[in-house]
Amino acid sequence: MKYYDKLIFELSKEGRCGYSLPQNKFPASPEVPLQLRREAPLGLPEVSEPDVVRHYTNLSQMNFGVDTGFYPLGSCTMKYNPKINEEMAALQGFAGLHPLMHAGLVKGALKVYQEMNKALAAITGMYTFTLDPCAGAHGELTGLMIMRTYHMQRGDFKRTKVIVPDSAHGTNPASAAVCGLEVVEVKSLENGRIDVEALKPLLTDEVAGIMMTNPNTLGLFETEIKTIAKLVHEAGGLLYYDGANMNPLMGVVRPGDMGFDIMHLNLHKTFSTPHGGGGPGSGPVGVAKHLEDCIPDLRVSGFHGNFGVILRAYAYILSLGKDHLKKVGQYAVLSANYIKECLKDKYKLPIEGVCKHEFVFDGLIHDGAHDDVPGATTLDVAKRLLDYGFHAPTIYFPLLFHQALMIEPTETESKETLDAFIGVMRKIADEAAQDPMILHEAPHNTPISRPDETTAARNPILKYQDAQ
Amino acid sequence: MSKILEGLKYSESHEWVKAEGNIAWVGVSDFAQKEMGDITYVDLPEEGDDVLAGEEFGALESVKAASDLICPVSGTVVAVNAELEDTPEKVNEDAYAAWIIKVEMSDPSQADALMDAAAYKAFIGE
Amino acid sequence: MLDRIGVKKLEDLYSDVPAEFLKKGAYALPDAMSEQEIRDYFASLEAMNASLKVFVGQGAYDHYTPAVIPYLCSRSEFLTAYTPYQCEISQGTLRYIFEYQSMICALTGLDVSNASMYDGPTAAAEAMKMAIACTRKKTRVLLSKALLPHVIKVVETYAKFHGVEMGYLDASEGQTSLQALREELSRGDVAGVIVPSVNRYGIIEDHSGFADAIHAEKAILVEYCDPSALAVVKTPGEWGADIAVGDGQSLGLPLCYGGPYVGFMAVKKEHMRKMPGRIVGQTVDKEGRRVFVLTLQAREQHIKREKATSNICSNESLMALWVTIYLSLMGPEGLREVNRISSDGAHYLKAELLKTGKFDDVFPDKPFLKEFVLKPKAFPGLLQKRLEEAGFFAALDTEEGYVSFCVTEKRSKEETDRLVAIVKEG
Repeated sequence: MKYYDKLIFELSKEGRCGYSLPQNKFPASPEVPLQLRREAPLGLPEVSEPDVVRHYTNLSQMNFGVDTGFYPLGSCTMKYNPKINEEMAALQGFAGLHPLMHAGLVKGALKVYQEMNKALAAITGMYTFTLDPCAGAHGELTGLMIMRTYHMQRGDFKRTKVIVPDSAHGTNPASAAVCGLEVVEVKSLENGRIDVEALKPLLTDEVAGIMMTNPNTLGLFETEIKTIAKLVHEAGGLLYYDGANMNPLMGVVRPGDMGFDIMHLNLHKTFSTPHGGGGPGSGPVGVAKHLEDCIPDLRVSGFHGNFGVILRAYAYILSLGKDHLKKVGQYAVLSANYIKECLKDKYKLPIEGVCKHEFVFDGLIHDGAHDDVPGATTLDVAKRLLDYGFHAPTIYFPLLFHQALMIEPTETESKETLDAFIGVMRKIADEAAQDPMILHEAPHNTPISRPDETTAARNPILKYQDAQ
Repeated sequence: MSKILEGLKYSESHEWVKAEGNIAWVGVSDFAQKEMGDITYVDLPEEGDDVLAGEEFGALESVKAASDLICPVSGTVVAVNAELEDTPEKVNEDAYAAWIIKVEMSDPSQADALMDAAAYKAFIGE
Repeated sequence: MLDRIGVKKLEDLYSDVPAEFLKKGAYALPDAMSEQEIRDYFASLEAMNASLKVFVGQGAYDHYTPAVIPYLCSRSEFLTAYTPYQCEISQGTLRYIFEYQSMICALTGLDVSNASMYDGPTAAAEAMKMAIACTRKKTRVLLSKALLPHVIKVVETYAKFHGVEMGYLDASEGQTSLQALREELSRGDVAGVIVPSVNRYGIIEDHSGFADAIHAEKAILVEYCDPSALAVVKTPGEWGADIAVGDGQSLGLPLCYGGPYVGFMAVKKEHMRKMPGRIVGQTVDKEGRRVFVLTLQAREQHIKREKATSNICSNESLMALWVTIYLSLMGPEGLREVNRISSDGAHYLKAELLKTGKFDDVFPDKPFLKEFVLKPKAFPGLLQKRLEEAGFFAALDTEEGYVSFCVTEKRSKEETDRLVAIVKEG
């Protein structure tokens, strides 16, 4: 197929339009006063409906989604998104509700919120949730606001520090900074877990709490969680659970039972709502009973959060029910360990042992470096995977390793898919060992080849008008 | 192998200092620019800003990384190399020609206390 | 698979979890439902909601959605993709975001747009933080009292925790007061000022002199806008603003009880490096073809961590696509026509409601578009109830004791006349 290289602006022909508006039967109103009127031309494209449909259909074909193929993107939980959820979220009886309608007009919507709250509490062991945050990072920020509110309500104003492990998602320290907290980093041990001895001296009376991901970003369960929870609580701090990695625990372990006081969930990960190319998501925040009073005054989004996403996630929970939800975590962990065991003779596995939903390789064992030819890197492996029809894993995260390659298969992939991926990963490793140039020049079969990102950042062209 | 110029002073965070009297030019070492890769942006302070030894005064950015610039000496910024705003690649081309700020030092002895070329060469272990 | 891993049963995969933390027994949840049961159950929930003709705005506007949009947005190559990190297989997402950015710049008259944010109020909160970051060392941000209530509340929440002091600008005459602005600026320490382009009373604000006064104090002017209205009212660029934010919901997004919506942000080029959120840029690939990538990433949290301007690490990508397709279909003339019909309808409704003698006009000389407020002569509770029973959501109470109305192109003259008739009867 021919490479499609249009922008919608380039299809524009003066006078075309793609809308159908009702005839205006109202008397004419006054013009906008001259000094308040827009003078600049509007600069939007003028295109017909078929132009628009063809253009965006063509664009969609340059994309890769979960429905296209396997998407083992670590930390992102790219599971299959059931279509019934889309149908439910589009129902006019929900989509037509104005957010300022009073409770008596939106009883069905409020029932969804109540039942969703109860379901999330049952799954996580928390007491209650706010469904207002629109994404994971937004949930983190909300959770930290709750943490600070708790201390402030007790008149404890000196707790302005939050402890974050060096393996944490970048959003953790960034959310803390936005919330006015100072970040104190705690190191990881050789085995990838938090160093409890290093944590102890950090636990002063200035610490508001600790943010943890469990399993952590290496896919490893924090085995010392009980000790950590005890130490943090004894020091007067709270435990925050970053729910980005909740999937492997679904049905098996509840954050509330491990001693976490506050947590967020990513409905677009664990509860299977589509990622939509980067959003909309939803990041509900749950709290233990003693923090219930810290939620009500927090207004973190315009109205009631991303209701459309909440509807999808609720349909997912009802579809699986109590029995199938219990299997989600186990199957996700099974898939991850299977891939890890089948590839660890070709890729460096820095930390042995059972992983949870994901694991991290530190590059190839034999990268093929010889004479003047540099060895194949993690980036090269990722790009070569695209040639074989797989999405790449997460690369260069976590920062603990130089060649990190983070793989998360999720529970919705068949053994045949996992085997096909394993086969390709082994083939790529063999290619690298023989001739790393094949990998350096990958991808070969995608719509475009590697872009010049340096020029993009040095001389930014950020809109169509700049390129003219 | 990175280039190390004799006659300059170096900090552990890989800035170089060229001191003349109480005036110091500050840039980053060839080693630092290599570590960063293609530099896409230099975040500069403003003329008249006060800088403190050991504190950040700006940042270098590449496509996938950002690195703070740490001032090796205290004083006042009397000039910034505005050319780097549009041509950050000059830091990659010649890290020692691409000075970043010119500082009027409040304590010129701070420059003397930095590493010389030989000590810096040993420090980076090349 | 278990053999390959070297364990006997699934439970063994959790041998590293202390036994006391392993959940015993089932969740307190219902049994699984089949697809048909889900449909039936959601239909029963849906039926509990009222189905009303919406004559209220206040930050969520019932504009028409062309059929093409949901059709294209449900294409699973868009819907089920992640953030476009692997640009070689994400050109679809990257291209529409680039188009979206171009359209937001066209609407606002500013130089650089990001790839979108959660919603309008959080975009305003991000603008507040950005004003602090751009001006260094200043800690105070001024808010117009005429901003929509939910915008003020969200900005206040962020400010409280971020350590930003708020000041407020009087708007009792129906528009943000320049006099109040000058007084607050003279008190010093102002990093930024957030004012509405079209305010909570529906009035088109006059910001003559605002930018000059604000820039003289080296502060940042932020305009909170209804992007649909920007087709006809003076743009943030024309007012001399540094940052424009607002909610893209009015560009054809369903009301959906408040979300998902899409916040937008556009800035002057000089502030680009402090802008939060993802940005897509144009470049070339190895064969010299025009391609698109995520760029200027060194601003963002995954690189800068606690030093980033914002913790945001996603955008409302699918809703940005929705807006992009909407603006493509409507084009300049369609968007102007939407404003024309809505404004004509609102002016007609206001005149007819005043004729009933049940309301006083609050700001009789102020220009407005689709939204306006009136002061009811009697307690409005009964009227609202009768309107609901007749199938209308209208006359929403405001904090000031007014009632708010809004008319979009989706409301016919017949519906509007019926609403007026109900008011007359009471």
